Formats: sequence, structure tokens, C-alpha cells
Amino acid sequence: MTEIVLKNIFKSYDQTEVIHGVDLKVESGKFLVLVGPSGCGKSTLLRIIAGLERITSGEILIEGNEVSNIPASERGLAMVFQSYALYPHMSVYKNMAFSLENLKIDKKTIEEKVNSAAKLLQIEDYLQRKPKALSGGQRQRVAIGRAIVRDPKAFLFDEPLSNLDAELRVTMRKELSALHEKIGGTMIYVTHDQVEAMTLADQIVVLNEGYVAQAGAPLDLYNNPNDTFVAGFIGSPKMNFMNVKSIKKDDEINLKSESLNIKSSVDVEVNTDYTLGIRPEHIYICEKNDSDLEATVDYSEQLGSETYFYCNTHDASQLIVHQTGQYKVAKGDKLFLRFDRSSIHLFGVDGKAIKNKS
Amino acid sequence: MGNTASLIKNIVTQKKYKEKYHWTDYFSYFYLFLGVFLMFGPIIWLGLSSVKTLAGIQEYPPTILPLSQIQVEVDGYEKPLSLYNVTLEDGSTKELAEIKRVGITSKMVDPKDTEKKYKIPIDKREKIREFSVQWDNYLDPLRKYNFLLYFKNSIFVTVIATIITLIINSMAAYALSIYEFRGKNIALVFVIGTLLIPLTIILVPVFYVIANFGMINSLWGVILPGAATPTGVFLLRQYMLTLPRELIEAARMDHASEWAIYWRIVLPLSIPAIAVLAIFSIMWRWNDFLWPLIVLSKSEVYTLQIALNAFHGELTSQWNYVLAMTMVTLLPIALIFTYLQKFITTGIASTGMK
Repeated sequence: MTEIVLKNIFKSYDQTEVIHGVDLKVESGKFLVLVGPSGCGKSTLLRIIAGLERITSGEILIEGNEVSNIPASERGLAMVFQSYALYPHMSVYKNMAFSLENLKIDKKTIEEKVNSAAKLLQIEDYLQRKPKALSGGQRQRVAIGRAIVRDPKAFLFDEPLSNLDAELRVTMRKELSALHEKIGGTMIYVTHDQVEAMTLADQIVVLNEGYVAQAGAPLDLYNNPNDTFVAGFIGSPKMNFMNVKSIKKDDEINLKSESLNIKSSVDVEVNTDYTLGIRPEHIYICEKNDSDLEATVDYSEQLGSETYFYCNTHDASQLIVHQTGQYKVAKGDKLFLRFDRSSIHLFGVDGKAIKNKS
Repeated sequence: MGNTASLIKNIVTQKKYKEKYHWTDYFSYFYLFLGVFLMFGPIIWLGLSSVKTLAGIQEYPPTILPLSQIQVEVDGYEKPLSLYNVTLEDGSTKELAEIKRVGITSKMVDPKDTEKKYKIPIDKREKIREFSVQWDNYLDPLRKYNFLLYFKNSIFVTVIATIITLIINSMAAYALSIYEFRGKNIALVFVIGTLLIPLTIILVPVFYVIANFGMINSLWGVILPGAATPTGVFLLRQYMLTLPRELIEAARMDHASEWAIYWRIVLPLSIPAIAVLAIFSIMWRWNDFLWPLIVLSKSEVYTLQIALNAFHGELTSQWNYVLAMTMVTLLPIALIFTYLQKFITTGIASTGMK
């Protein structure tokens, strides 16, 4: 069991700073997912933990020991690469035994460990094959097998599923989750896919341009995003955003745009611009009398069990509406929509979330 | 084998359209045959000439096939005489042997009737030839001149030097491509810089070094100075740079030491480039002439190329032996090339990725 702590990590390549003071704590035995758009520094951060990149300043603690000057080969971590990076000239068995051989472990123990790891991952049948004779999913298993065979202090995954097709990705995701349950172990997982992040993580860290945007449990991030970036990044399809202005009317404050006018549930200042966010599943189709706004269907995705409407509103912002079940709607049809009042998010012009003071 | 035969037949009868020959077909075949003729012609000439007699080689006009003039023993003459078909003045033809040629007339004798002498203008006679293969060209040097020893010396130099070259160059290339250290680029510039210096310029200093180490007339004196070649380092470095970086990083994560990464990951994956360098090194060493000529002066340490040179005397050259032994020196290179070329297939390194 290993706790990994990053303290105020900075990393620059020449003059360009790519990581701007990241603090991170991975609790022992937890599954932490680093997620963010490409170029946000998540892979760099993982490679920093692995020891493949040197930091400019800061501290990396593994089990309480400062390791920033210890080379990758001595940190005792295992990494699964995006490209798997299996040694092409070695059989699957040799691939998995390589690290143990480097540690000068006796042959019998190596055989036992490799065989038990192979059994766990169900790759016993092709231990003698070369990587090129394996399918993508099998290579993925071998890459994971190579990591678990030597009981590392922690596992690092660098977008391990991104080369697999959609179906296999779902299967491997479940297996990874099951594996974590079975062998425990601290795991740090990098992905740009927020679905992977939501399903696998105990804790998600959303990175944006080298900063930590928000860290927390998956549903916390989903329900209470700190800012528009996290709100937009977590959840698929994206959260809808509308520009609104707060208007005082009688004793109430209303949020108003060209097509929308609803009562604010949070305390906001009057006559200020805000961004209103609402997730597609929190918009309902209703009768005209109950509706908050009217929208025209531009395009719809019928998935059978659920339907997504991409609607145009008067203020030109597009609304995505999610409904379970099947709907007969054509392009150009009018829909009357109502927002779930308790699920409305409000963000200031700086993008930060406005929370109820209570 | 039937498959191979039909494949070869398929390859050599390729044309642009299935039904008829296009002019580009004629042009391609012409061009290719020209290329084959230019490149292979000298070797065919060498092969055929290596089984001619010395006289056959020096004959004018030259012949392609090893045809040699028939020589006959005639009573009263020490040396065998060359036989000619002669058209006599009365129009009849007769086989005569030449005793001596003076200007445009030739003094000839009838081998059956040695008393009868003739004076024949040289345009009235024609050489009588027969197809004969002089295997002695090959056997004599091996018997008389101890060519097997030279062969052994050459093999020793080539094999040992190539092994040393491959090890030293691949280690240097690893350092210059994968291993991280301060001053890497400066080291690279120095290595590449030595490419600009031809051997002739450093001949004397290197000779002094070798002499001071007492390696004159030793095969090690031939092997060691050229063991590390900048060309080889550069070639291997460029190849190693193309190896996926993640493979090296994966090995680092797998606790591999730098030596383990070099020996167990980078070296096996660089086999295609190493095969190329091996072919180069073998060719350089096997055909090397200038440096061995300087270092080796005793005949028991001669390499083949130096031994070949020994057939050239001050006044005469034994061309028949030179050509035959040249043929012998060519063969190993050709065989090694056919064996090694199958390793020059690229793209092995990326098969474990994605």
C-alpha cells in the first residue's frame, strides 16, 4: 500500500512552463484518474511521478520518501503505456519476466509469478507467442500483466484503452475495475475520456492547462463543478450553457436571456452577467404553459433507449436535451422545455461557480 | 520448387498489359539488361578469364570463352609450338606449327614431317583452338603459394574486426542516441567530424602508434586501428533513434539497467541496421588493401589482398593466378551477402506497439 503525494510541482521545457504548481495526494489503495483535454499536462504529470521526466521544482513523495532525484528504475512503480510498448522480440512470457529478471529473482519464483499473473489476466494460452501474433485486447492484457507481475508500489496507466475499439474498451474498463478490487494497490490513471474517468475512479483530478481545475469523487465533480471548465468537461453530452442577466423583479431576482426568464434559486447580484448551466438530462419536454422556453429541433439522435435533441433557441445558443425512450420528432419541430430548478448551475463571468451561501 | 519456378517465370515475363508488349516493356527490358551487363559483365569476364591460360588472357584480339591454341610437341624443338591452319599458295590447307615469327611472315614447320619448313605470310594462317579449362590457375597458388594460409589470415581479420566493430559501434551509438549525458552533442560532433578525415592523412601517425605497440607484422595491427568507424556509429545511431521511445521507457520502468536496455532491448531490435553494418564491415575488411600493405610485410601474415599483389613481379604479372585468386576472394563476400541480406528487413521494432 502506497501513498503518493505531489507538492507544488512545476515543470518547464526550456522557457515554456507546462505544469504550474500542482498539489496532489493519492491515498493508499485508491484509484485516481487524471483527466483533461489533450495538452493539459496530465501525461506529463504521470511521467513525472514515474520518473521519466524531471521536475523543475517541487516535491514527490512516495510512501513519505522524497523521490524526485531517484531514477525511474528505482522508484518501484509500474507503468502501462498507451502503445503497450511490449518488447517485440520477446515472447509474452519473456515480456512479463523481464522486470523480475532485472531484479535478479530466481527462475522458479519468476515462473510462479508470471504464471499466476497470466492466470489472473487469462493469458496463459499464449505465453509463448510474440506480441505481433496478439490482438489489441490481448496485448493490453500482457501490458497490464507485465505491470502486476512484480507487485509494484503503485500502477501508472497512460491512456491504456485509447487504442482499443469501443466494445473492447468497455470490457477492459470493467476488467480494470475488477482488477483493482482484486489486487488493491494504488493506481493512477490518465485519460482524456471522461466516461473512463467517471467509471473507474475513486477520485478524479481534472487538469486544465497545467493547473488542477478540481479534484474530488466522480459524482461530486458531476454535481458540484467548481467552474465552467469542469462542468463542461465532465458529463456527456456536455452541459448546456446560456448567457443570462440577473434582473430584479418585485422581490425576486430573475435570470433573463432573450428566450429565458426564470427565478434564481441562488443569491446573486442584480444586473450582472452570469452563465447558466444545465445538463441535458435536467431539461424536460412539457406543455406550453409550464415551459421556460421554446426551442426548434435542429437535429436529433435516436439511440433506441434514449434520444438526444439538439435544439436552437432564440438567443442562438444550442441546447442539448436528453430524454429516455423514443420520440417522433422531425427537424424544425417546436419543443417546449422546462428546466429542473434544483439542477441549475450558475457561474460568474470568471467561470467560477456561484454557490448558495446557506 | 514448382512455386518458385512459376514465380520467377512470372517475374521475368511481366509486362504492362496482359495481351501485348508495350513500348515501355521493351524499354524497361533494354534498360535492365544494360544495367545487368554493365554491372555483371566484368565479373563474367573475370570468371571466364580465370580459367584461361596466361597466353589466352594476353591474346589479341581477346576472346570471351576460355579457348586456347593447341600446342604440339615437335621433335627438335625444346618448347611446344602453336598449331595453325595455313592456306598454302596452291590453295590447299595444312596444319603447321609456328617456329618463329618475323615481321609479317612466320617460319613454320609441319609437325608430321619436321624436315619441311615454310615461310607463310601471317594473314594466310588461322589459329587452331580448343575449349580448355585451366583449373591449374586455381590449384597452383593453393599448392605452391600457401594461399590457404592467406585465406585463413583474411578470415581471421575480417571476422574478429567485424565483431569488434559491431560491439564498439553499437555501444557508441547507444550512448549517442538513447543514453542521456552531458556533452552528448559535442561527442556526436566529434564522431561525425572524424568522417571528414581520410585514412591517407592519418596513415603515418597511426603507423607510429601501431609500431610503438609492437603490432607491425601482426594481424591485430590490421584489426585494431579501424575497429571503431564513425560511419558505423552514425548509421546505428540513426537507426536507434527510430526505435519507439516508449519501449526504452518501459524497460526503465522494468528496473532495467542501462546495460540491460542496451543488450536485451536495443541490440536485438537494431538487427537490421547491424546486418547492414556487418556487410559493410566485412566488405571493408575483406577488400582492405592499403593499411594491411603497410602493416604486414612478412608473407606468413599476408592477407588475401596483399598476397594477390605478390603475383605482380617487377617485370611480369601472373595474370592467370591473379584472376583465379580474385575469383576466390570474391566468393565469400557474395555468400555472406546472400545470407545477411535477409536480416535487412525493417519494421520489426514497431510490431509490439499499438
